[in-house]
Amino acid sequence: MASGHVIKRAKYKTSPKGAGTPGVLKMTENKIMFKPNDPTSASKIDVEFRSIKGYKNTKEGSNNPPLLNLSLEQGGSYIFEFENFLDLQVCREFVGNALTKSGDAAKAKSGDTAKAKSGEAVATSDRSTVTYPDEQLISSAEMELRIKLLRENSELQNLHKKFVLGNILTESEFWATRKKLLDGDSGTKSKQRVGFKSSMILDIKPMTDGRTNKVTFNLTPEIKYQIFALKPAVHRAFLNHVPNKMTEKDFWTKYFRAEYLHSTKNAVAAAAEAAEDEELAIFLKDDDILANAARQKIRRVDPTLDMEADQGDDYMHLPDHGIFRDGSKEITDSQHEQFKRTFLQDLNRQGEVVLEGRTIDVELEDPRTVAEALAQSRQESDENAKQERLDRISRMTEMEDLQAPHDHPLAPLCIKDPRDYFDSQLLKISDDTRAGSEQLRCSLSSEEAYGSLRGSISEIKAMGLSDPVVRPEVAVMVLNGLTQNISSTKFQLGKNAQESILNSLPNTTKEELLHHWISIQELLRHFWSSYPITTSYLYAKVSRVKDAMSKIYPQLEEIKESVPSDLRQQVFLLVRPMHQALDAAFQHYEADLQKRSAKSGEKPNGYV
Amino acid sequence: MPSAPTKLYADDVSLLVVLLDTNPFFWSTSSLPFSKFLSHVLSFLNSILLLNQINQIVVIATGCNSCDYIYDSSLSTNPGIENGKLPALCSELLKKLEDFVTRDEQLNKQHSLPPTTTSSSLLSGSLSMALCYIQRVFRSGPLRPHPRILCVQGSSDGPEQYVAIMNSIFSAQRSMVPIDSCYIGSNNSAFLQQASYITGGVYQKPQQLDGLFQYLSTVFATDLHSRAFLQLPKSVGVDFRASCFCHKKTIDMGYICSVCLSIFCKHHKKCSTCGSVFGQAQSDVASASNLKRKTPET
Repeated sequence: MASGHVIKRAKYKTSPKGAGTPGVLKMTENKIMFKPNDPTSASKIDVEFRSIKGYKNTKEGSNNPPLLNLSLEQGGSYIFEFENFLDLQVCREFVGNALTKSGDAAKAKSGDTAKAKSGEAVATSDRSTVTYPDEQLISSAEMELRIKLLRENSELQNLHKKFVLGNILTESEFWATRKKLLDGDSGTKSKQRVGFKSSMILDIKPMTDGRTNKVTFNLTPEIKYQIFALKPAVHRAFLNHVPNKMTEKDFWTKYFRAEYLHSTKNAVAAAAEAAEDEELAIFLKDDDILANAARQKIRRVDPTLDMEADQGDDYMHLPDHGIFRDGSKEITDSQHEQFKRTFLQDLNRQGEVVLEGRTIDVELEDPRTVAEALAQSRQESDENAKQERLDRISRMTEMEDLQAPHDHPLAPLCIKDPRDYFDSQLLKISDDTRAGSEQLRCSLSSEEAYGSLRGSISEIKAMGLSDPVVRPEVAVMVLNGLTQNISSTKFQLGKNAQESILNSLPNTTKEELLHHWISIQELLRHFWSSYPITTSYLYAKVSRVKDAMSKIYPQLEEIKESVPSDLRQQVFLLVRPMHQALDAAFQHYEADLQKRSAKSGEKPNGYV
Repeated sequence: MPSAPTKLYADDVSLLVVLLDTNPFFWSTSSLPFSKFLSHVLSFLNSILLLNQINQIVVIATGCNSCDYIYDSSLSTNPGIENGKLPALCSELLKKLEDFVTRDEQLNKQHSLPPTTTSSSLLSGSLSMALCYIQRVFRSGPLRPHPRILCVQGSSDGPEQYVAIMNSIFSAQRSMVPIDSCYIGSNNSAFLQQASYITGGVYQKPQQLDGLFQYLSTVFATDLHSRAFLQLPKSVGVDFRASCFCHKKTIDMGYICSVCLSIFCKHHKKCSTCGSVFGQAQSDVASASNLKRKTPET
């Protein structure tokens, strides 16, 4: 793959349907050439990758031949048909890599013409000594995503411009720390599963041409799937009869005949037909399946629910509430009751299936596989349901006050007799920590100390209070000391949540500070993630990052000096952590360097 | 002593409980002599009594081995009568103080186990006494005063009193009694900083010790009601560090019992306060994450 060129037999086409010109396609790092087998043919191609905007290809497994479509920047496209998909695959990857590379170069060019192809330049200059992780392995889709991210986020763009184009970080290093950004974005694009259509398919409108008695139904695989899901009777019949007893076409014809009879609301006719044709009948009566389903549903009901009390509200056997689908005329004909399907039942079934979602994940082309997959998934869910039901019963029927308490993973809080604790602590202190805590150990013995204290007391007794208590000049000093703070900003800072120090600074300083913060964070992230240095590549990276950081250092100093004096203190407070973070990094770098040189004096090139 | 049938409500009346540090070891090293210090404090106490006729002062001596009430203006029998050079207040107080020092010395001799005892005073004891007194005044007596506590402290914190002091601080906070502190030692006192911070009092560390009276009268003389109108010095930072329960060391990072919030400087198998058994720390990384750093607020 890393080889510099690809040569494949291919047909050049101007349109996907055309016959094409057979020939040889040759791709090098920056060029695509096509030589037709017939040297007289005019369809010779020789273009650079730079002029190619993107590519498309056909998927393996589809009915289309292996085609690769390269679209040109100026419009138009080249289409190549390969002999097999393997060839297509190879070429596709090659084109993808070549495109991202030329994209890089183009970007670099637009950013800074003096340093044209900077990404390449860095790579080549360092490649002599170090090996880079393969940078060419990005798909064009990811490339596009990166460009999009940069465009949307100006902060990111600034960083990218500063570090990647400034040769401090490579493209891949820059993005490696932002994998989440890339992933997160691509994650939002796909993944949404298509659910079950929520529209009712029960009313597939027949089309009549008006002249004859012929009625046409249009069926798609999707509709077939929906029918299977919604009508268990049809599903079962399909599994039983197709293709043994009848063809698929016959099956669907019969089905729609039954459906048509039903839709004409002619229950008598439906009954007559059913009597004649037993296969047809199965579509019209799905009682046993429904009853089965109903039984299952009843089992799923909360076992503590009193079903008998609710029997009066039985909707299953009541006339439907005037909704158009079931003719209320039918009620009279009680003997044909089995052929009535109530609209409400249909509606409920539809709702159930839609909520269940798409349970199978197969191509919808072949109705037979669809039917089988559906049957299987149903079986599985039945088993699950059984287990779930058992769990549920045991959960629901338990009487709370008869159960042992759930064992919480907690231990009760018990404070032992506090005196034990304090007494034992007191003893401990008296021996072990006295020496540590004593800052003020006086040279006097306790007698002398007490003596002097008593001396002072008797002294003041004899002398009386000193007069004046405070000398005026001292008093003035104290007063000044106590009041000067009142006006000082030092005491106002941080007291107001809405006010930030940053907002009190001039705009340019503020922006500069924020920008430096972001840059430093980015650099430090790269710096620290490179440790421990295990490869020479990391070594080179660390020294590059370190150099960049040492450039920022004096810039911070400049900011500090440029602000007016009343704000200097605040700026100093803001800049200090930055300096500290940088200092820590430098210190680590120096220490590591020393360790390295001490350990491997004979290997000065930084190999560990 | 003024007696009134119902409790008097006056917003500018103070009940001031002053805790005086009488640690001989501190005073023998202090740059401010004890006699000078007393002179400043006594003048201050006098001026408090002069500010309002029904102001009340209680002085508690904080010694090394004991604490005791050494003055209570409500019990003073002969207010205002001068006795030679000193006001009655002073002579009474000084006499009591002298007795107290003698008693404290005797106590020191009784359990003088090591030759050099701890240099910290029993601040927790005197704080508790002050709070007890205030509670008694709340429940009895004719006045509904606005009590506050002023700690005039010089000796350094005794980390072994951490739990007791913190408990006193929290009970002061509960009974809405601000603890003001005037710390005249060399470094800041974390206990007093926290005490003032939590109870809404003022913490002051005078720079000019010979102007102590000026500090006291400027910062601590005003009653609680008037404080609302003054810009008193605000503390720049509070040292919130705690002492561990196991060795009473002041720590900035430690382990905390997840059940009772006891603080330890190293990992224990069992909490010594509540007896909860801790799981083994899985690795160094895991245990490091349990450490909580507490840094002084700046």
